[in-house]
Amino acid sequence: MFEIVEARFLAQDIKLFKIYSPPIARKRKAGQFVIIRVTETGERIPLTIADSDPGQGTVTIIVQGIGKTTKELNTKAAGDTITDIVGPLGKPSHIEKFGTTVSIGGGVGTAIAYPTAVALKKAGNHVITINGARTKDMVILEDEMKAVSDEAFITTDDGSYGIHGFVTNKLQQLIDEGRQIDFVLAIGPIPMMQAVAEVTRPHGIYTVVSLNPIMVDGTGMCGGCRVQVDNKVQFACVDGPEFDAHKVNFRNLVNRNRVYHEYELKSLESYEHRCKLNKQADALKATSV
Amino acid sequence: MAEFLPPKERTKLPRQVMPEQDPLIRAHNFEEVNLGLTKEQAILDAQRCLQCKKPTCMDGCPVEIKIIDFLELVVEEDFLGAARKIKEDNVLPAICGRVCPQETQCEAKCVLAKRFEPVSIGRLERFVADYEMSKGITSEIPRIDKKGKKVAVVGSGPAGLSCAGDLINMGYDVTVFEALHELGGVLVYGIPEFRLPKEIVRKEVNNLRNMGVEFKTNVVIGATYSIDELMKEEGYSAVFVAVGAGLPWFMNIPGESLAGVYSANEFLTRVNLMKAYKFPEYDSPVLDCKERRVAVFGGGNVAMDAVRTALRLGAKATIYYRRSEAEMPARDEEIHHAKDEGVKFEMLTTPIELLGDENERLHSMKCIRMELGEPDASGRRRPVPIENSEYIEPVDIAIVAIGNGSNPLISQTSPDIDTNKWGNINVDGDTMRTSKPGVFAGGDIVTGGATVILALGAGRQAARGIDEYLTDGSW
Ligand SMILES: Cc1cc2nc3c(=O)[nH]c(=O)nc-3n(C[C@H](O)[C@H](O)[C@H](O)COP(=O)(O)OP(=O)(O)OC[C@H]3O[C@@H](n4cnc5c(N)ncnc54)[C@H](O)[C@@H]3O)c2cc1C
Ligand code: SF4
Ligand code: FES
Repeated sequence: MFEIVEARFLAQDIKLFKIYSPPIARKRKAGQFVIIRVTETGERIPLTIADSDPGQGTVTIIVQGIGKTTKELNTKAAGDTITDIVGPLGKPSHIEKFGTTVSIGGGVGTAIAYPTAVALKKAGNHVITINGARTKDMVILEDEMKAVSDEAFITTDDGSYGIHGFVTNKLQQLIDEGRQIDFVLAIGPIPMMQAVAEVTRPHGIYTVVSLNPIMVDGTGMCGGCRVQVDNKVQFACVDGPEFDAHKVNFRNLVNRNRVYHEYELKSLESYEHRCKLNKQADALKATSV
Repeated sequence: MAEFLPPKERTKLPRQVMPEQDPLIRAHNFEEVNLGLTKEQAILDAQRCLQCKKPTCMDGCPVEIKIIDFLELVVEEDFLGAARKIKEDNVLPAICGRVCPQETQCEAKCVLAKRFEPVSIGRLERFVADYEMSKGITSEIPRIDKKGKKVAVVGSGPAGLSCAGDLINMGYDVTVFEALHELGGVLVYGIPEFRLPKEIVRKEVNNLRNMGVEFKTNVVIGATYSIDELMKEEGYSAVFVAVGAGLPWFMNIPGESLAGVYSANEFLTRVNLMKAYKFPEYDSPVLDCKERRVAVFGGGNVAMDAVRTALRLGAKATIYYRRSEAEMPARDEEIHHAKDEGVKFEMLTTPIELLGDENERLHSMKCIRMELGEPDASGRRRPVPIENSEYIEPVDIAIVAIGNGSNPLISQTSPDIDTNKWGNINVDGDTMRTSKPGVFAGGDIVTGGATVILALGAGRQAARGIDEYLTDGSW
């Protein structure tokens, strides 16, 4: 059992957790992830580490409630526990002094782009960050991103905040302005990462994406996380999760990630049904007292 | 108390048949197939032992269980004594009695095997271990002076568990680190419930815990701690690396990244460890096998476990193997059980391409027929493709069970541990020492995929090696 030390919503359905696990807090590097299980009957899901506090012994993860597991996790509060957390897994981001770097985060991907932006800054890069959200209320980590960036941009799909448009519009603009860009890291929904790859490809800008295939063990034992990079099979949990964006077969990733879609819906449905029954039972209990 | 019959009488007794669940019923459930000998059967079968002057059976046992002594105790109806006798050499008899390939080990070497049928050594091992468990008897807390030295065991499969058990008995403080959330290694994530109930593994682990072994799940050595950190910062004087085989092999044919293609490891882990057969009560799903055509590629125990698991999930399940049945490495018992349950066998056939729809969902495969040519390095006749024998067959789910490479996590983070070209750790065969002072290794990570009993034996041997090293301190 691992204790949740802190839990708060950053935006609608997006929640930050600090989980007590001193060895992971001490060891983790930017770009690595943990695998967690919320309950005894739960599945194992990978979550990228957003930050850690070795002094306090906590690991920070930021979660968007989409499926059963993430929604259930988002009902947890400080003082609650989760069954398992293991890590830090995967290879750390490759950090060096590239020159000018652009870190792009889409949605909750911003949380994952953040630690790498911090590391790139530390390595002496001129750090540009572009963070995209659907709408103003979904913008997260604005202050943190500003603090590590030499230039920080926010885009919203609906124009309710920052630049109206997608992260790729801003990236394209920077390139069109003739800015020298040496390295791009993009993390977010697959279509966004793929779009970024297509923007940088003609300019030969070294671009890295952090992939999120379905995982089970996270230690290289099952091969469920396999992705195609440069037409070769790679295990994202031990060979990645970061890969050269221009070599990733995104279509295969999308199709493999979709395979359990109907199961995920069923799982969510059955969870929400149980929640409803529990609420009704609680209400009954309350009235019968 | 019973005694042995005269030798002539003994050979007249028939080998006892183990009761098992009806094949048609068990094909739909995950309960154990074999039900175990009854007490009367156990005594009768042990009676058949000739108590040879030179008990050749023991030569066949990788850990040299004192087979004739324990069989004698069974005849005397001292089942608890028999269990204790086995445990002198094998700490996990309830497990080995179920999964050891006795037909190629002790029972193959039993003198009776030539003219009659061998003593049912494996079934008797299982019987006495289950008897002991049913009496709630657990191993005693070792009454030995603590040595005040800590040893780390990495991995909780059979190699790790046996090493931990021996070390605790020698007076060391032992911590087992396990990457997954459950203890037991392949015994819990690979071998299915219907062959080895997880409750038995849990009991064995608890037994070790009661003896003082400390278990830490969710710790990946090489990630959470490096081996150097264990030794320099966490105070461990020695480390035993028993991380098992890793990285499943694929066949390197087109289409293996299609959705609907699993490694056996993933398929079995989803079902066994994550309990996908109880979805949605448990969260992890596995693709619905009901009425689906499931193809399993391979001919070993892992392939048999995968195909029988798919069958139980309702599949029309078929094994595809590129050689003939005679070359199949799986245990005979598994092959027979699979056939009785309704698994189909396509021998001398191998897939050469997996085909999918526009969403990259597997829907069919291209296979080719094979014939057997000259023997290869393994001594088995090499399968050779028959020209123009390709055909296409519909398939919904494919499971690749052709073996495992080695997990890179340890060697990546401890480059001073020597490995061979397949990534298996090199050790001294007597002491189990690796090239890194204070670090020992054993089990599948050294041998490549092998057997539970060999892993257990390696764990024991390593415990002796570690004791020797920590006693005299020289490397
Ligand atoms: C499906 C299947 C069926 C089998 N059937 C049989 C059978 O019938 N009879 C038989 O004799 N053998 C059988 N085998 C083979 C047998 O299970 C193995 O040979 C044996 O389990 C090897 O034991 P081990 O202790 O070396 O490794 P494992 O049992 O593989 O255990 C290794 C453990 O280490 C953990 N680990 C890995 N890396 C790390 C790390 N970095 N840090 C911490 N922990 C780590 C793993 O999670 C695992 O729990 C079967 C194997 C499989 C896969
Ligand atoms: S070889 Fe067979 S008959 Fe002889 S002692 Fe061993 S089990 Fe008994
Ligand atoms: S998640 Fe199992 S090998 Fe990567």
